Amino acid sequence: MLSKKQLYFKGMMDVAPHMLSVIPFGIICGAIGIELGFDPYLVYGMSIIIFGGASQIVFLQLLSGGASSLIAVTSVGVINSRHLLYGAVLSEYLEKLSFIKKLLISYLVVDQGFAESNKFFKRNKTEEYLHYHLIGTGSTLWVCWQISTLAGIILGSFVPEELGLKFAIPLTFIAVVVQDLKKIDHVIVMLTCGISSLLFFDAPFKLYIIISPILALIIAALLLRFKK
Amino acid sequence: MSWISITIAGILTYLTRMTMVALVKREMLGDKLKDVLAYVPSAVFPAIIFPAIFFNDNGSYVEISDPKIFASIIAIVVGYFSRNVIATILSGLISYWIILFF
Repeated sequence: MLSKKQLYFKGMMDVAPHMLSVIPFGIICGAIGIELGFDPYLVYGMSIIIFGGASQIVFLQLLSGGASSLIAVTSVGVINSRHLLYGAVLSEYLEKLSFIKKLLISYLVVDQGFAESNKFFKRNKTEEYLHYHLIGTGSTLWVCWQISTLAGIILGSFVPEELGLKFAIPLTFIAVVVQDLKKIDHVIVMLTCGISSLLFFDAPFKLYIIISPILALIIAALLLRFKK
Repeated sequence: MSWISITIAGILTYLTRMTMVALVKREMLGDKLKDVLAYVPSAVFPAIIFPAIFFNDNGSYVEISDPKIFASIIAIVVGYFSRNVIATILSGLISYWIILFF
Protein backbone atom coordinates (compact mmCIF):
# COMPACT_ATOMS: atom_id res chain seq x y z
CA MET A 1 0.00 0.00 0.00
CA LEU A 2 1.51 3.32 -1.08
CA SER A 3 1.30 6.47 1.03
CA LYS A 4 -0.42 9.63 -0.15
CA LYS A 5 2.94 11.25 -0.71
CA GLN A 6 4.23 8.31 -2.76
CA LEU A 7 1.12 8.31 -4.93
CA TYR A 8 1.31 12.06 -5.46
CA PHE A 9 4.96 11.75 -6.45
CA LYS A 10 4.20 8.82 -8.75
CA GLY A 11 1.57 10.96 -10.48
CA MET A 12 4.07 13.78 -10.94
CA MET A 13 6.65 11.43 -12.41
CA ASP A 14 4.15 9.68 -14.68
CA VAL A 15 3.03 12.92 -16.27
CA ALA A 16 6.45 14.65 -16.32
CA PRO A 17 7.48 13.37 -19.79
CA HIS A 18 4.45 15.10 -21.29
CA MET A 19 5.97 18.46 -20.32
CA LEU A 20 7.92 18.12 -23.60
CA SER A 21 4.68 19.04 -25.34
CA VAL A 22 2.79 20.96 -22.66
CA ILE A 23 5.45 23.63 -22.10
CA PRO A 24 5.97 24.63 -25.75
CA PHE A 25 2.20 24.55 -26.25
CA GLY A 26 1.69 26.83 -23.25
CA ILE A 27 4.27 29.29 -24.57
CA ILE A 28 2.59 29.29 -27.99
CA CYS A 29 -0.81 29.75 -26.36
CA GLY A 30 0.31 32.77 -24.34
CA ALA A 31 2.18 34.31 -27.26
CA ILE A 32 -0.76 33.91 -29.68
CA GLY A 33 -3.04 35.79 -27.30
CA ILE A 34 -0.71 38.77 -27.24
CA GLU A 35 -0.11 38.64 -31.01
CA LEU A 36 -3.86 38.74 -31.57
CA GLY A 37 -3.93 41.94 -29.55
CA PHE A 38 -5.63 40.82 -26.35
CA ASP A 39 -5.04 42.25 -22.89
CA PRO A 40 -2.26 40.22 -21.20
CA TYR A 41 -4.29 39.86 -18.01
CA LEU A 42 -7.17 38.44 -20.01
CA VAL A 43 -4.93 35.95 -21.82
CA TYR A 44 -3.43 34.80 -18.54
CA GLY A 45 -6.79 34.78 -16.74
CA MET A 46 -7.93 32.09 -19.17
CA SER A 47 -5.17 29.75 -18.00
CA ILE A 48 -6.69 29.81 -14.53
CA ILE A 49 -10.38 30.15 -15.35
CA ILE A 50 -10.59 27.78 -18.34
CA PHE A 51 -7.31 25.79 -17.97
CA GLY A 52 -7.62 23.97 -21.29
CA GLY A 53 -4.98 24.56 -23.94
CA ALA A 54 -6.71 23.94 -27.25
CA SER A 55 -9.93 25.62 -26.16
CA GLN A 56 -8.07 28.74 -25.00
CA ILE A 57 -6.44 29.19 -28.41
CA VAL A 58 -9.69 28.59 -30.29
CA PHE A 59 -11.50 31.06 -28.04
CA LEU A 60 -9.01 33.85 -28.75
CA GLN A 61 -8.84 33.08 -32.47
CA LEU A 62 -12.62 33.16 -32.82
CA LEU A 63 -12.98 36.44 -30.92
CA SER A 64 -10.19 38.14 -32.85
CA GLY A 65 -11.67 36.85 -36.10
CA GLY A 66 -14.86 38.76 -35.30
CA ALA A 67 -17.00 35.85 -34.10
CA SER A 68 -19.60 36.63 -31.44
CA SER A 69 -18.78 35.70 -27.87
CA LEU A 70 -21.70 33.28 -27.96
CA ILE A 71 -19.98 31.29 -30.73
CA ALA A 72 -16.64 31.46 -28.91
CA VAL A 73 -18.11 30.28 -25.61
CA THR A 74 -20.09 27.49 -27.30
CA SER A 75 -16.98 26.28 -29.08
CA VAL A 76 -15.07 26.12 -25.79
CA GLY A 77 -17.92 24.08 -24.29
CA VAL A 78 -17.92 21.68 -27.24
CA ILE A 79 -14.14 21.23 -27.31
CA ASN A 80 -14.06 20.54 -23.58
CA SER A 81 -17.08 18.24 -23.60
CA ARG A 82 -14.61 15.36 -23.96
CA HIS A 83 -13.97 15.78 -20.21
CA LEU A 84 -17.42 14.25 -19.66
CA LEU A 85 -15.98 10.99 -20.97
CA TYR A 86 -12.89 11.28 -18.77
CA GLY A 87 -15.12 11.97 -15.77
CA ALA A 88 -17.27 8.93 -16.50
CA VAL A 89 -14.16 6.74 -16.54
CA LEU A 90 -12.66 8.30 -13.42
CA SER A 91 -15.92 8.29 -11.43
CA GLU A 92 -15.44 4.60 -10.70
CA TYR A 93 -12.12 5.25 -8.97
CA LEU A 94 -13.12 8.45 -7.19
CA GLU A 95 -16.50 7.35 -5.87
CA LYS A 96 -15.33 7.00 -2.26
CA LEU A 97 -14.36 10.67 -2.05
CA SER A 98 -16.62 13.19 -0.35
CA PHE A 99 -18.70 15.46 -2.58
CA ILE A 100 -16.50 18.48 -1.77
CA LYS A 101 -13.32 16.59 -2.65
CA LYS A 102 -14.91 15.51 -5.91
CA LEU A 103 -15.74 19.12 -6.70
CA LEU A 104 -12.15 20.17 -6.02
CA ILE A 105 -10.39 17.35 -7.81
CA SER A 106 -12.55 17.83 -10.92
CA TYR A 107 -10.78 21.10 -11.69
CA LEU A 108 -7.57 19.12 -12.26
CA VAL A 109 -8.94 16.67 -14.85
CA VAL A 110 -7.01 17.33 -18.08
CA ASP A 111 -6.07 15.18 -21.08
CA GLN A 112 -2.56 14.02 -20.20
CA GLY A 113 -3.35 13.75 -16.50
CA PHE A 114 -6.42 11.66 -17.20
CA ALA A 115 -4.43 9.46 -19.60
CA GLU A 116 -1.62 8.72 -17.15
CA SER A 117 -3.75 8.43 -14.01
CA ASN A 118 -6.25 6.19 -15.76
CA LYS A 119 -3.41 3.85 -16.76
CA PHE A 120 -2.20 3.79 -13.17
CA PHE A 121 -5.70 3.27 -11.75
CA LYS A 122 -6.32 0.28 -14.01
CA ARG A 123 -3.23 -1.46 -12.65
CA ASN A 124 -3.66 -0.44 -8.98
CA LYS A 125 -7.36 -0.63 -8.25
CA THR A 126 -6.86 -1.57 -4.61
CA GLU A 127 -4.79 1.43 -3.51
CA GLU A 128 -6.63 3.38 -0.85
CA TYR A 129 -5.51 6.91 -1.75
CA LEU A 130 -5.69 6.44 -5.52
CA HIS A 131 -6.88 9.99 -6.05
CA TYR A 132 -3.50 11.37 -4.93
CA HIS A 133 -2.11 10.11 -8.21
CA LEU A 134 -4.63 12.24 -10.09
CA ILE A 135 -3.80 15.24 -7.90
CA GLY A 136 -0.14 14.61 -8.74
CA THR A 137 -0.65 14.55 -12.51
CA GLY A 138 -3.21 17.37 -12.47
CA SER A 139 -1.30 19.80 -10.26
CA THR A 140 1.95 19.21 -12.15
CA LEU A 141 0.20 20.02 -15.41
CA TRP A 142 -1.47 23.03 -13.80
CA VAL A 143 1.76 24.56 -12.54
CA CYS A 144 3.58 23.99 -15.83
CA TRP A 145 0.66 25.38 -17.79
CA GLN A 146 0.56 28.56 -15.67
CA ILE A 147 4.31 29.13 -15.96
CA SER A 148 4.53 28.40 -19.67
CA THR A 149 1.52 30.51 -20.73
CA LEU A 150 2.87 33.33 -18.56
CA ALA A 151 6.27 32.96 -20.22
CA GLY A 152 4.62 33.16 -23.65
CA ILE A 153 2.70 36.28 -22.63
CA ILE A 154 5.73 38.09 -21.22
CA LEU A 155 8.48 36.95 -23.58
CA GLY A 156 6.44 36.46 -26.76
CA SER A 157 6.94 33.45 -28.98
CA PHE A 158 10.60 32.97 -28.12
CA VAL A 159 10.35 29.42 -29.42
CA PRO A 160 11.00 29.85 -33.15
CA GLU A 161 7.93 28.93 -35.15
CA GLU A 162 10.05 27.12 -37.78
CA LEU A 163 10.74 24.39 -35.22
CA GLY A 164 7.11 23.35 -35.53
CA LEU A 165 6.82 22.48 -31.84
CA LYS A 166 3.05 22.30 -32.22
CA PHE A 167 3.80 18.86 -33.63
CA ALA A 168 4.70 17.73 -30.09
CA ILE A 169 0.97 17.68 -29.28
CA PRO A 170 -0.03 14.77 -31.54
CA LEU A 171 3.20 13.03 -30.48
CA THR A 172 2.27 13.27 -26.81
CA PHE A 173 -1.05 11.57 -27.49
CA ILE A 174 0.55 8.97 -29.75
CA ALA A 175 2.69 8.06 -26.75
CA VAL A 176 -0.49 7.67 -24.69
CA VAL A 177 -2.32 5.25 -27.01
CA VAL A 178 0.54 3.49 -28.80
CA GLN A 179 0.56 0.39 -26.55
CA ASP A 180 -3.10 -0.24 -27.35
CA LEU A 181 -2.15 -0.79 -31.00
CA LYS A 182 -1.46 -4.37 -29.89
CA LYS A 183 -5.19 -4.97 -29.65
CA ILE A 184 -7.12 -5.12 -32.89
CA ASP A 185 -10.37 -3.87 -31.32
CA HIS A 186 -8.57 -0.76 -30.04
CA VAL A 187 -7.01 -0.21 -33.46
CA ILE A 188 -10.47 -0.27 -35.05
CA VAL A 189 -11.79 2.19 -32.45
CA MET A 190 -8.82 4.52 -32.96
CA LEU A 191 -9.18 4.47 -36.74
CA THR A 192 -12.91 5.18 -36.46
CA CYS A 193 -12.22 8.18 -34.27
CA GLY A 194 -9.27 9.43 -36.32
CA ILE A 195 -10.93 9.12 -39.71
CA SER A 196 -14.17 10.70 -38.53
CA SER A 197 -12.23 13.58 -37.01
CA LEU A 198 -10.84 14.28 -40.49
CA LEU A 199 -14.25 13.94 -42.15
CA PHE A 200 -16.08 16.14 -39.63
CA PHE A 201 -13.26 18.63 -39.14
CA ASP A 202 -15.24 21.45 -40.75
CA ALA A 203 -18.38 20.90 -38.67
CA PRO A 204 -19.41 24.04 -36.76
CA PHE A 205 -18.25 24.72 -33.17
CA LYS A 206 -15.41 22.18 -33.49
CA LEU A 207 -18.00 19.46 -33.06
CA TYR A 208 -15.61 16.89 -34.57
CA ILE A 209 -13.90 16.72 -31.17
CA ILE A 210 -16.93 15.04 -29.65
CA ILE A 211 -18.69 13.48 -32.69
CA SER A 212 -15.67 11.29 -33.46
CA PRO A 213 -15.33 9.81 -29.94
CA ILE A 214 -19.06 9.09 -29.82
CA LEU A 215 -18.91 7.26 -33.16
CA ALA A 216 -15.82 5.40 -32.00
CA LEU A 217 -17.52 4.35 -28.75
CA ILE A 218 -20.55 3.10 -30.69
CA ILE A 219 -18.15 0.96 -32.75
CA ALA A 220 -16.55 -0.20 -29.48
CA ALA A 221 -19.96 -1.25 -28.16
CA LEU A 222 -20.63 -3.21 -31.36
CA LEU A 223 -17.22 -4.88 -31.15
CA LEU A 224 -17.92 -5.95 -27.57
CA ARG A 225 -21.13 -7.53 -28.71
CA PHE A 226 -19.30 -9.49 -31.43
CA LYS A 227 -16.72 -10.69 -28.94
CA LYS A 228 -19.33 -12.37 -26.77
CA MET B 1 -17.24 41.84 -22.09
CA SER B 2 -14.40 39.39 -22.71
CA TRP B 3 -13.98 38.76 -19.00
CA ILE B 4 -17.64 37.78 -18.82
CA SER B 5 -17.36 35.37 -21.75
CA ILE B 6 -14.15 33.88 -20.36
CA THR B 7 -15.86 33.32 -17.04
CA ILE B 8 -18.83 31.64 -18.70
CA ALA B 9 -16.47 29.51 -20.81
CA GLY B 10 -14.61 28.63 -17.61
CA ILE B 11 -17.78 27.62 -15.78
CA LEU B 12 -18.86 25.52 -18.76
CA THR B 13 -15.46 23.84 -18.87
CA TYR B 14 -15.54 23.16 -15.15
CA LEU B 15 -19.00 21.63 -15.51
CA THR B 16 -17.69 19.26 -18.19
CA ARG B 17 -15.00 18.15 -15.71
CA MET B 18 -17.18 17.99 -12.63
CA THR B 19 -20.50 16.56 -13.83
CA MET B 20 -19.52 12.93 -14.26
CA VAL B 21 -16.99 12.81 -11.41
CA ALA B 22 -19.33 14.30 -8.82
CA LEU B 23 -22.76 13.16 -9.93
CA VAL B 24 -22.31 9.64 -11.28
CA LYS B 25 -22.63 6.77 -8.83
CA ARG B 26 -21.19 3.33 -9.46
CA GLU B 27 -24.57 1.64 -9.72
CA MET B 28 -25.62 4.12 -12.41
CA LEU B 29 -23.03 2.68 -14.80
CA GLY B 30 -23.84 -0.89 -15.79
CA ASP B 31 -21.10 -3.41 -16.49
CA LYS B 32 -21.72 -3.13 -20.21
CA LEU B 33 -21.26 0.62 -20.15
CA LYS B 34 -18.09 0.23 -18.12
CA ASP B 35 -16.70 -2.16 -20.72
CA VAL B 36 -17.36 0.47 -23.38
CA LEU B 37 -15.78 3.22 -21.26
CA ALA B 38 -12.55 1.21 -21.20
CA TYR B 39 -12.16 2.36 -24.80
CA VAL B 40 -12.33 6.08 -23.96
CA PRO B 41 -8.61 6.85 -24.48
CA SER B 42 -8.60 5.04 -27.84
CA ALA B 43 -11.86 6.75 -28.80
CA VAL B 44 -10.88 10.31 -27.84
CA PHE B 45 -7.18 10.94 -28.47
CA PRO B 46 -7.11 10.13 -32.21
CA ALA B 47 -9.43 13.14 -32.67
CA ILE B 48 -6.53 15.25 -31.41
CA ILE B 49 -3.82 13.25 -33.21
CA PHE B 50 -5.24 12.87 -36.74
CA PRO B 51 -6.14 16.49 -37.58
CA ALA B 52 -2.81 17.70 -36.15
CA ILE B 53 -0.94 15.39 -38.51
CA PHE B 54 -3.08 15.36 -41.64
CA PHE B 55 -4.12 19.03 -41.83
CA ASN B 56 -1.99 22.10 -42.54
CA ASP B 57 -2.43 25.32 -40.59
CA ASN B 58 -4.89 26.51 -43.24
CA GLY B 59 -7.06 23.40 -42.84
CA SER B 60 -6.18 21.61 -46.10
CA TYR B 61 -4.88 18.04 -46.25
CA VAL B 62 -1.09 17.65 -46.23
CA GLU B 63 0.82 15.87 -49.02
CA ILE B 64 1.51 12.18 -48.48
CA SER B 65 5.22 13.12 -48.39
CA ASP B 66 4.68 15.56 -45.49
CA PRO B 67 7.38 15.22 -42.81
CA LYS B 68 4.70 14.99 -40.10
CA ILE B 69 3.43 11.70 -41.54
CA PHE B 70 6.86 10.10 -41.69
CA ALA B 71 7.83 11.41 -38.25
CA SER B 72 4.59 10.07 -36.75
CA ILE B 73 5.35 6.61 -38.11
CA ILE B 74 8.82 6.76 -36.52
CA ALA B 75 7.26 7.88 -33.21
CA ILE B 76 4.72 5.05 -33.32
CA VAL B 77 7.42 2.43 -33.94
CA VAL B 78 9.73 3.85 -31.26
CA GLY B 79 6.87 4.24 -28.79
CA TYR B 80 5.56 0.76 -29.43
CA PHE B 81 8.87 -0.92 -28.67
CA SER B 82 10.34 1.45 -26.07
CA ARG B 83 7.13 1.98 -24.05
CA ASN B 84 8.66 5.33 -23.19
CA VAL B 85 6.87 8.67 -23.55
CA ILE B 86 10.02 10.79 -23.83
CA ALA B 87 11.51 8.49 -26.48
CA THR B 88 8.25 8.61 -28.44
CA ILE B 89 8.02 12.40 -28.46
CA LEU B 90 11.72 13.02 -29.09
CA SER B 91 12.03 10.45 -31.88
CA GLY B 92 9.06 12.07 -33.59
CA LEU B 93 10.37 15.60 -33.20
CA ILE B 94 13.93 14.77 -34.20
CA SER B 95 12.94 12.84 -37.33
CA TYR B 96 10.57 15.73 -38.19
CA TRP B 97 13.41 18.24 -37.87
CA ILE B 98 15.83 16.08 -39.85
CA ILE B 99 13.43 15.98 -42.82
CA LEU B 100 12.52 19.63 -42.44
CA PHE B 101 16.04 21.04 -42.29
CA PHE B 102 18.17 18.70 -44.40
